Amino acid sequence: MIQNNPVGRLIAHVILIIGILIVAFPIYYTFVASTQTLQEILRPPLSLLPGGHFWENYSAALFGGVGRIGGVGVDRLLFNTLVMALGIAIGKICISILSAYAIVFFRFPGRMIFFWLIFITLMLPVEVRILPTYKIMVDLGLIDTYTGLILPLMASATATLLFRQFFMTIPGELVEAARVDGAGPWRFFKDILLPLSKTNIAALFVILFIYGWTQYLWPLLMTNRNDMSTIVIGLRKMISFADADTEWHLVMVTCILAILPPIVVVVLMQRWFVRGLVETEK
Amino acid sequence: MANVELTNVRKVYGSSVEAVKGINIAIEDGALCVLVGPSGCGKSTLLRMIAGLESITDGTVKIDNKVVNELGPAERDIAMVFQNYALYPHMKVYDNMAYGLRNRGMPKDQIDKRVKDAAQILELTQLLERRPKELSGGQRQRVAMGRAIVRSPKVFLFDEPLSNLDAKLRGQMRVEIKNLQRQLGVTSVYVTHDQLEAMTLADILVVMNAGSVEQIGAPLDIYEKPASTFVASFIGAPPMNLVPVKADHSGLVLKDGTRIGAEGLSIPATGALIGFRPEDLEVSAGTDTHIGGLALDLKVLGVEPVGAESYVYGIIGGERVVVRVPGRSTSNTDDQLRVIIPKQKLHLFGADGKRI
Repeated sequence: MIQNNPVGRLIAHVILIIGILIVAFPIYYTFVASTQTLQEILRPPLSLLPGGHFWENYSAALFGGVGRIGGVGVDRLLFNTLVMALGIAIGKICISILSAYAIVFFRFPGRMIFFWLIFITLMLPVEVRILPTYKIMVDLGLIDTYTGLILPLMASATATLLFRQFFMTIPGELVEAARVDGAGPWRFFKDILLPLSKTNIAALFVILFIYGWTQYLWPLLMTNRNDMSTIVIGLRKMISFADADTEWHLVMVTCILAILPPIVVVVLMQRWFVRGLVETEK
Repeated sequence: MANVELTNVRKVYGSSVEAVKGINIAIEDGALCVLVGPSGCGKSTLLRMIAGLESITDGTVKIDNKVVNELGPAERDIAMVFQNYALYPHMKVYDNMAYGLRNRGMPKDQIDKRVKDAAQILELTQLLERRPKELSGGQRQRVAMGRAIVRSPKVFLFDEPLSNLDAKLRGQMRVEIKNLQRQLGVTSVYVTHDQLEAMTLADILVVMNAGSVEQIGAPLDIYEKPASTFVASFIGAPPMNLVPVKADHSGLVLKDGTRIGAEGLSIPATGALIGFRPEDLEVSAGTDTHIGGLALDLKVLGVEPVGAESYVYGIIGGERVVVRVPGRSTSNTDDQLRVIIPKQKLHLFGADGKRI
């Protein structure tokens, strides 16, 4: 559907621009609000141009210790969330790539049982498992720790299945060639499987990082201390039911800061996707 | 350099499926042995057992007079060239060739020398920095060969290495493989289903069928004296013609009841098959005085000129046959020809398919 008809092009552009505006405007509006004072925000209509309090608001949010969340700065929340998101993403990838490796390339008793055990966990939503998991974490004394935040979310059937499907496409001859070349299981994994999985790992990392970053229910249960909260929980705590109590300008700043890291990850990793697509090394 | 000896080698899958049934082959040092047979005859399984990629149910495999049954593929000092080349897609040509040597802990300068030498032999020097996907089929094939050569192994194993190439390239690579193998003098086992490849490459040809060896020998010996009807129809293109006959008191009877003179052939009571190569027939000029040959009537069904020769398809005694005549054929469809098979070119097989 490539048309050189100018009217067609115009319509296409208009539709695209409207689409972009619908998606981008709320974010822009948030940004505008994050550069105003609380009084300006509460006195409608809100201006459509950024105000003059950018530095003031952002430094207050980052380092000032925002009142509502018990004197913890947004920087601390961002750090907590980063640790959690990275821990979940990296942990999940490590565990699932290793279990997929075992399931696809090794013959051991109970192989299919293990595979189905992993597969079945897909059928249990987080909410079903959350109470027993919580109980275990309490018994282990892992409340208010990074381990407690990360560990239960690390096992992933989805990622294991994805890697399994990819490994199954690797031709048997390649495995045999490596055996003839004297590569043991560990060398084969490190020298051949990992490099071939690069693009899969990158794609999974992006998805899992955002998954970890936006976790709400689990951190809500696991953290009591304000300095262990994640950014999403922090945001929730900042919003009070009485409108006047809420420091909306700081909430907006926190929103913008919460959006940034996932955007950075996507933008950086996108180059990997493209490279992977162009090279198709399979 | 080493010899390879297989003694009573068997492979049983599960509890009852016998893929390879007690095979004995001795390959001398430096010889190229070709295993040929239809798909599913167990030739690839046998090769993979020599490589150590498949366990050996029974019998022994010896390389260089040493039993290697329990050794892993890397410890057997073999190199293998796979059907789909099995190059590591993420590695450059250089690293593909060097990988096996690195795993053995060979010093860097020595690896470099070996890889460069092999690249020189295979004319890959310009391509060392490329990745496999940037290479053509023939070049990939060469890299796969290079990966085998750098190891300077005791034995080369080839698993249908040319079947993914187009016909022209296949012919060219066949000559290259043969020359290379001669030049390096490495004992080789080569698996193929292509009888032309088998005939041209082999020092020793092993014809396999249904997990057993049908015949072992020099290619031309097998061509001239096939041990069974299976070998006769598998080796040679077009295949050998086989015409069933029965003997009675006054001569021979063909399938459709045609009677012919026995010409001193002794046919067992159970009947037999007369075999003759398409090129061994002589078209008689009508004077039926040929001595020491079997004279038969052939009805022409069609003629296929392929340039240097023509194939005449016809029926003798109710059985389809092919005759190869040089140049153009003067025969036309529905012609009746008198053909004579010289007695020394005649093959006789019993009802069980074995040569008499």
